[in-house]
Amino acid sequence: MADSTLAIGAGAASTPRRQVGSLKKLARRRATTALLLCAPLIVLIVSLKVYPTFYAVFLSLLDRKMNSFVGFDNYIFLLSRPSFQLVIFQSCLFALTAVLMKALFGFVLAHLMHNIRGKNQRIWRGLLLVPWVIPLALSTLTWWWLFDPSYSAFNWTLNWLGFESIPFLGTTWNARIAVIAVNVWFGAPFFMIMYLAALKSVPEQLYEAAAIDGASAWQKLIFITLPMMRNIILITVLYSLIVTFADFDIVRILTNGGPQDSTHLFATYAFTVGIQSGNIPRGASVSLFMLPVLATLAFFVLRDVMKRNKEIST
Amino acid sequence: MTSVTAGAGAVPRKPKVGSLERQNRWALRGSYAALSVFVVMFLIPPFYMIMTSLKSSAEISAQKGNPWIAQNPTLENFIYLISNAQFQRYFFNSVWVTALVVVISMTIAILAAFSLSRMGFKGSQVISTGVFLTYLVPPSLLFIPLFQIVGSLGLINNTWVLVLLFPTLAVPFCTWIMIGYFSSIPRELDEAALIDGANYLQILTKIFIPVALPGIIAATIFAFTVGWGAFLYPLAYLYSADQAVLTVGIVRELIRGDVFAWGTIMAACVMGAAPPIIIYTFLMDYYVAGLTAGATKG
Repeated sequence: MADSTLAIGAGAASTPRRQVGSLKKLARRRATTALLLCAPLIVLIVSLKVYPTFYAVFLSLLDRKMNSFVGFDNYIFLLSRPSFQLVIFQSCLFALTAVLMKALFGFVLAHLMHNIRGKNQRIWRGLLLVPWVIPLALSTLTWWWLFDPSYSAFNWTLNWLGFESIPFLGTTWNARIAVIAVNVWFGAPFFMIMYLAALKSVPEQLYEAAAIDGASAWQKLIFITLPMMRNIILITVLYSLIVTFADFDIVRILTNGGPQDSTHLFATYAFTVGIQSGNIPRGASVSLFMLPVLATLAFFVLRDVMKRNKEIST
Repeated sequence: MTSVTAGAGAVPRKPKVGSLERQNRWALRGSYAALSVFVVMFLIPPFYMIMTSLKSSAEISAQKGNPWIAQNPTLENFIYLISNAQFQRYFFNSVWVTALVVVISMTIAILAAFSLSRMGFKGSQVISTGVFLTYLVPPSLLFIPLFQIVGSLGLINNTWVLVLLFPTLAVPFCTWIMIGYFSSIPRELDEAALIDGANYLQILTKIFIPVALPGIIAATIFAFTVGWGAFLYPLAYLYSADQAVLTVGIVRELIRGDVFAWGTIMAACVMGAAPPIIIYTFLMDYYVAGLTAGATKG
């Protein structure tokens, strides 16, 4: 307000000044428009992502009936329970093993794919991406049916080859391996696509120069490919760690935490406690145990993204 | 540079080049062989899904013979489902929820990305970073507080709750993709339009949207995949069959604990997986672009 009157007053004195004033006005209108265009995004994110996060912290400090504060009792109670200690163990095991396997498979697949050029590559890439495209809940159902104790197609094949049947979801470690396997099956194509994109961006001249210098395939991998792909490998692994750590669908459908709660992850355990048993505060505390890990990972992802942004803008 | 060295190398040492070529051919064959193994491994579940969907209940319950092949292929499961009122309801719910989610998410994302990438105001950098950060907050962290929030809004067991919540899953990434695409449009283009007297709406609809169309398609596909396949929120907030969408409907209602329904369940899965697969086959490049956009553009 003060600015605009000033601009008008100044405008009477000289014309160039007036130009500045209207430009300023224009800039302010521009900022208002910009903020308005962002408003839906901000409202959505603040009300349904930021606020719930803090609300979760508040909820986790209440007692079961949500009448009174109990401080950190929910957290302390959970940590003292062997079943929850198992959840922590299984979540870490699940996330680390699955991401490592996905990264390895993705890396190998990307390299194989990179050897094939042109139209064929499209076809093979298309086939290998199918696991990623099918809605995870539905493909996990199929996996369950493949593992089915009474009529498993895998066991039929094993018997046919002369082996004994395996209770895929029946024992603790089998079930753990099974959920990890399904996650790897689902996620490896994503890694493949990311790594393939990274491989394509490595300048061919580097390999040619290395070939002239007599570098072996192994040396090319260690001294050219890996350093050039370092950023994408890092960011993909970090991102995937977040998603895998917070995974819900696979365990919920395949084992629902069984046998004997040995395959529960934070997310599925929180669902069982919070929604199914109706203990909202304790469920909130279960899922909040993920927060420190996720925040640490997000910090590193963000740092990397910011660095890249700076590189792009300069 | 490279052509010189290649030419110089080729003349005196011809046999060496030949062996290199042979080596490459073997590498290619090896790659194909290894990839075939992976393709077979990766496609076992979808293959088995389709095979089971073609089996009759009698064939499945008999538990005889090779399970990998449908001995008497039949479409009875599909016919049953198509005429089943409950399944029609799931499918219909999924369709309208996904359509609304895509439209809402893309509108929010495009407007915000336009503003954040071009109209650079104070704090736009902070908002961009914040958007990316919220993309990293998984739904499994939020579904319990949201249960309370949704409950206080009276939306528990109401399909509309998904229209409210699914955009939170899609918008951050869509915005992120769109910021990347919009930033790659040369500034001269909109400056020229501004000088010609175009307003921001015109710049957005006449320049940005047409030029960034590949990005918009990629983001739309992403929003569609989220809306169609998300499982946790519908499972947590919708408990009656008439409000359910496909994913929870199939998982919860069709499984009644007996072996004999598997043909129907798998047929339902095939029909549920079909829309994403169809979109994917036609728009694979956009799909892949959307996947990699997060890393290569940002």
